[in-house]
Amino acid sequence: MGVVLDFEKPIAEIQKKIEELKQMSAESGLDMAKQIQTFEKQAHDYKKELYSKLKPSQKLQIARHQERPKFLDYVNLLCENFIEFHGDREGMDDRAIIGGIAKFDGKPVMIVGIQKGKSTKENLEYNFGMPQPQGYRKALRLFRHADKFGLPIITLIDTPGAYPGIKAEETGQGSAIAVNLMEMSKLNVPIVAIITGEGCSGGALGLAVADRVMMLEHAYYTVISPEGCASILWRDASMYAEAAKALKITSSDLLQLGIIDAEIKEPLGGAHTDYEKTAKNIKTAILKAFDELEGLSVEELKELRYKKFRSMGEFIEQ
Amino acid sequence: MTIQEWFDKRKEAQIERRAKEMRGIEDANPGLWTKCVHCDTQILKTELEDNMMVCPHCDYHFRINARTRIAQLFDEGSFQEMFQNILPTDPIGFVDSEPYTSRLKKASDKTGLDEAVITGLAKIEGFGVATAVMDFDYMGGSMGSVVGEKVTRMMEKAIEMRIPMLAVTSSGGARMQESALSLMQMAKTSCAAGKLDKEKILYINLLTEPTFGGVTASFGTLGDIIIAEQGARIGFAGRRVIEQTIRQKLPDDFQTAEYLLKYGQVDIVSKRKNLRKVLANILDIHSSTTKNENRGN
Repeated sequence: MGVVLDFEKPIAEIQKKIEELKQMSAESGLDMAKQIQTFEKQAHDYKKELYSKLKPSQKLQIARHQERPKFLDYVNLLCENFIEFHGDREGMDDRAIIGGIAKFDGKPVMIVGIQKGKSTKENLEYNFGMPQPQGYRKALRLFRHADKFGLPIITLIDTPGAYPGIKAEETGQGSAIAVNLMEMSKLNVPIVAIITGEGCSGGALGLAVADRVMMLEHAYYTVISPEGCASILWRDASMYAEAAKALKITSSDLLQLGIIDAEIKEPLGGAHTDYEKTAKNIKTAILKAFDELEGLSVEELKELRYKKFRSMGEFIEQ
Repeated sequence: MTIQEWFDKRKEAQIERRAKEMRGIEDANPGLWTKCVHCDTQILKTELEDNMMVCPHCDYHFRINARTRIAQLFDEGSFQEMFQNILPTDPIGFVDSEPYTSRLKKASDKTGLDEAVITGLAKIEGFGVATAVMDFDYMGGSMGSVVGEKVTRMMEKAIEMRIPMLAVTSSGGARMQESALSLMQMAKTSCAAGKLDKEKILYINLLTEPTFGGVTASFGTLGDIIIAEQGARIGFAGRRVIEQTIRQKLPDDFQTAEYLLKYGQVDIVSKRKNLRKVLANILDIHSSTTKNENRGN
């Protein structure tokens, strides 16, 4: 076990005990299988109980877990023959957004996602998963390639938000996202978007105007980071746990609100405990989504996508 | 007091001053006179009002509300409000230091409006437009379900009537109290702007003080022509968020209309008093592309 989250400490304690018993057993030659089994069951039951009722603020920690699989991990596990396409053709290759063509379940697709790092060095390269306008424009260039050649699109989203910086403002961060929202609604190919970790604000939505929007079980999707919300509405960023609860950012809340179409289960203990299993669940969900969309004509597909977002929002009409 | 404390205090005072500036004239003395927040000159309130809420001494453009904007921008008596029957609700039961429902009520009491946008049909020198005018005084002009719906319906109306669409924005961004539903209004209004684009209906954005966040990153910048009012602050991320992220001082004119013009983000920067003329010119030149050849009808 690598990084231990605070609420997981009791499990780590039990696991430490198991290790000790195993070592004792090996050294003394005594059979402790029964005790070990008891402890293992105890750890598993505790974990199951804990993970069945995680607080939104605890989910935040899992969604942001350093060892959580990143976009390129998923690409390797989901696709064959991935060929990365670089750059926006206007002077920049934003490393926070990566994409290219690949084979998915034997069929050609365009896969685009937001990449975060697992170390400081990697995070500096990928700018902590915070795209610049040029990243959104690269994504759009790739979407258009997919549109031209009839490749279904998969997007995987994991971002604390679009980058707030001087150059980002000067080169149109707002309009880069806006154009993606508009242009994605017009694409002639099926689009499946999955929030795999952090789905923060317009920076996430910029890749998520899709026919099917899904979320990993412990991912979160929100209009503003809980910390940002807390610092504005509570005037205290340390109130983020309250904000996380009030904002309804979890997959089950968003499924209920009709914002997402499906929740994708994670292995017990979170995606970082089993990359293969997580990727397998994602693959199954994508295949199901493509399968549902397959019979639609291009016009039906676009009309349904439009209606999906057109119908979102709650108000009173007198 | 340590040096750090002195700096912190100074910073707080600056923020407070800026906040006052944001509130514009409303918090000034209730008497006949007011002080320009920019040049500090005493001005007669009536003089300021007669000058379209622009300081006659330094040309500072005060932020104005939607009703004032409508009165200034459109031909007298031409504005016909639509969709005022769409009202806000509290879809996720949001409570921060105060319940969302009570914030809505306070905003209504303060502004006399039901929401942060007024939509309708109007004329500018005889040219008909479908329009949405945002009001910053109503919860910071934030976009929740109602704003998204009214803007979208107005765009659909523009398509139906084949007349240009004009969106006048003044907003802090998406409305936090409706969380993901607000985020989805960005998608909804952008998809609707896509329909305008497909139908070749002229879409004009008029960005006014201030336009930020979810509005900049959706229908606020998707127009065929983007006009910014002189001095308006426009951006995606707020100044403070950027400062905290990059830990550098930002240029004084950062995110102003003029700054954005320099960086190619807007087509035109206009003084308030010239806006009608600028818009009428555009509508005239574009009239062959719309129904506006029937000018004056």
